[in-house]
Amino acid sequence: MAIRHGRGVAAINYPTGMNLGGDPTQALVHSTPTGNFMVSLSSVDLGQGMKQIMAQICAETIGVPTERVIVDTADTDTGPHCMGTFASRGTHRAGNAVIQAAREARQVMLEVAAEALEVDAGDLETDGTGNIQVKGAPSKSISIFDTALIAHFKLGRSISGRGMFLVPRSYPEAATGAMKPSTCYAHACTVADVEVDDETGEVTVLSVKNVFEIGRALNPKMVEQQLVGGSWMGISHALYETTEPYYPAREHGPTDFNEYLMPGPGDLAKTEVIVLERPAADGPYGAKGPGEMCANPQIPAIANAIFDAVGVRIDTLPITPERILRALKADGAAAHRGR
Amino acid sequence: MAKVPVQFTLNGSEKAEFVESGATLLDVLRDKIGDTSPKAGCRQGTCGSCSVIVDGELRLSCLTLAETCEGASIVTTAGLAEGGVLHPLQRAFMDAFATQCGFCTPGMIMAAKALLDRNPDPSRDEVVEAIAGNICRCTGYEPIIEAVLSAARSNSISAA
Amino acid sequence: MELRKTYFADERKDDLHEIGQPRPRSDALGHVTGKTAFFADRSFPGMLHLKMVRSPHHHARIRSIDTSAAQKHPGVVRILTAKDVPHNLYTILILIQVGPEDEHVLAEDKVRWKGEAVVAVLAETERAAQEAAAKVEVDYEVLDPVLSIDAALAPGAPIVNEHHGRNYYLYDSGEARKVRFGDVEAGFAAADHILEQSYASAPIEHAPTETTGCIVVPEGSGRFTCYTNTQAMFFTLDNTSIILQMPGQQLHMVGGTVGGGFGGKVDVIVEPIAILGAKLTGRPVSFVYSREEEMQISSPRAAEKLVIKDGVMKDGRIVARHVKAYIDAGAYSRHSPYGAQKSAAHFPGPYTIPNVWVDSHCVYTNRTPSSAMRGFGVTIGDFALEVQMDKLARLIGMDPLEFRFVNAYRDGDMKAHRQPTEGAALVECMQEAARAANWPIDERFMAMSSRTREGL
Repeated sequence: MAIRHGRGVAAINYPTGMNLGGDPTQALVHSTPTGNFMVSLSSVDLGQGMKQIMAQICAETIGVPTERVIVDTADTDTGPHCMGTFASRGTHRAGNAVIQAAREARQVMLEVAAEALEVDAGDLETDGTGNIQVKGAPSKSISIFDTALIAHFKLGRSISGRGMFLVPRSYPEAATGAMKPSTCYAHACTVADVEVDDETGEVTVLSVKNVFEIGRALNPKMVEQQLVGGSWMGISHALYETTEPYYPAREHGPTDFNEYLMPGPGDLAKTEVIVLERPAADGPYGAKGPGEMCANPQIPAIANAIFDAVGVRIDTLPITPERILRALKADGAAAHRGR
Repeated sequence: MAKVPVQFTLNGSEKAEFVESGATLLDVLRDKIGDTSPKAGCRQGTCGSCSVIVDGELRLSCLTLAETCEGASIVTTAGLAEGGVLHPLQRAFMDAFATQCGFCTPGMIMAAKALLDRNPDPSRDEVVEAIAGNICRCTGYEPIIEAVLSAARSNSISAA
Repeated sequence: MELRKTYFADERKDDLHEIGQPRPRSDALGHVTGKTAFFADRSFPGMLHLKMVRSPHHHARIRSIDTSAAQKHPGVVRILTAKDVPHNLYTILILIQVGPEDEHVLAEDKVRWKGEAVVAVLAETERAAQEAAAKVEVDYEVLDPVLSIDAALAPGAPIVNEHHGRNYYLYDSGEARKVRFGDVEAGFAAADHILEQSYASAPIEHAPTETTGCIVVPEGSGRFTCYTNTQAMFFTLDNTSIILQMPGQQLHMVGGTVGGGFGGKVDVIVEPIAILGAKLTGRPVSFVYSREEEMQISSPRAAEKLVIKDGVMKDGRIVARHVKAYIDAGAYSRHSPYGAQKSAAHFPGPYTIPNVWVDSHCVYTNRTPSSAMRGFGVTIGDFALEVQMDKLARLIGMDPLEFRFVNAYRDGDMKAHRQPTEGAALVECMQEAARAANWPIDERFMAMSSRTREGL
């Protein structure tokens, strides 16, 4: 009877979006009289930080600092249609719609500035801090604040834009399954190190080293939030969670957080997160959807590490101490097999 | 149903309410007084989202009868910022990106405050123990632990 | 977290101002001060509370419902049964023409899972609603339940859901969404080894800290404002419009501040009945799941069963992959027909395999309806695939990571569902993982690139 160490690896990819009905999301952008920008959406922020990301995307596209963008979302009276927040689609679909809307608004903004500066709109650029200037002659400039005032009070222009993301609906071919259910793919590889107590069946996840490729980290701190939290959830799925521990038996289902098991703050694995970026051709600034895939590779990596440690395969989730002990008993020995 | 008078201070201000016998402190705070910073995550005492501090002790307001709070001094997350200045824990939770959906945050901050009030310089293990009754489904806890440790450090710096 | 910018550096624009910056979250101040307003943080004068009477049986015929004692309970304002719901039979994806309608808002003649909503009670307080719900008497004739995928597909099994007429979703391709690529039997014939293994999972709960719910306010304009934590505003609005036969312009959904979703708040369950309650009483209505309901009533991630059969060569190439996937939808479709379809497209995983055969089934049982959850249609498949990969590597005596390099998909490779691979980065993730974990692999794998098929 001993504590056995094991290591396992898993590699995965993950589709962005749910193209069952074209996967639509729309966005509207308009400026206030003093050059702040409103993004109107009906997409839902679940806590992943969608509002913040849409503000950064709009700001980047228009050429203003993020704090000058307000996101108004999830109100069906004011926001144009969004399919919803699921299938890792929020950042990608709504982000694309916001870019398109912001580009249209930016174009009007530059035309107004061009008229004020008596130059061609095509010769103008934004400096990212709130000004519009002539390319190569930055001293010839006008603030976005003044540009918006001129648009509203002198020229009667609406600095606004409409954005839409839609892909052709995919109807799977019945015979072959040819279909396009999603667009770009995120990737991940996780190496898990575990200890298994072959007397109790208890598994301790010592560390997970996760490499995630997510297209583009639009806000690295928020990406880190998702990836670290997702990695925790993956470990939790692997070892703890179920509403029906003896599925298909309907009994013994948990009804509260004492019975529904998840790792607490005292049960955390050492978690390493490394991010690669391969910008997606169709992604907003290259971003893919990282929200779901980050919780997947830990599960098989841990399962494989457990086998590496004690030489039994648990092919049914969750991998509970009971299942490990039963497998060890069936196996007749808990001999360490090594890698 | 019989109503019971109860008086206590909430974040320093006097409150006097007639509450139904058996009403929880959580419901009285949220529905009668309008302090919605304690959240109803389970009403079973298993998630910590409703945590408040009663006379210096961390309490689950969903399992605390309001009528037992007569004369008590109650602190909630809504009362932490003084004069618009955030409490070091609030600052630290923001700086450490320790909030995602934000539903567990007020309870987490209460649990952390109860710890720092009695132990201004906790170890990581002591932080873990202090928040072990609070469920977070988004963060994986690590940023929250970091935030509490960081708030403790900034407290000790400002105290020095 | 570390950002490794050396990979694909030439594909990334680095002249951006706001993108790539770790800006503080605009919602964090509200979160840490407790000022963020979740739907339940609103209260309205005269608000009623809705509680459900739920089926205690997995499968039963409803002989009669007697609400007379409950009606008389102090504080009860209104009791709703199936006949009060204008279009009681619905399915969420009907909006995009994925039918048939197969689920009742409130049970009519039958209940098909333990926990199914039968009667809704609206009362002045939660307590009164709860107590009155306990006084509703439903006379059931208990029927044989079907509780597992195997039992559902066994010959002669009782029918779970008459709207389907069979215990699986019927795709245009038949009993399963099928993917056929190459010649899987020829692949097996040529393989050095064949390995067939089964995998399974139990249902998982999203367990958001904020339970599912909504508050509905009848407005002076005749419209209904619904404060909700749904993940999909217009899914909710449009389905409610169908169920209540109410023009969409009378509905106003307000949301977007959600205490965690993870897929659990995509179903349209609480809003239609709460809006109906508000309409019939003229008063605000709150319908919020208890934690127990969130655990056992809200849709979980489906239980799944997978059988994977692979043909592999001694040199590590997988030459055939045959997958049978079964997703336990529970009693109703919700999003499961799509989940099964998504899983079919996901196989054979991020590997280039010349011969692939997939059948992915959406199976009905007398269980809590399952639905979307983080990784919908993929998570359990990835568990099975990646454990299978480990077994295959050991079977042929190859390092498990090197084995994945041999089979990794790269740009230009045709996937089984006939989409060309673009923007692949599996190889690079594995290279970086090998470095980070000090997992020794052969140099030729470290020299590979997702952008070219050269180097292997």
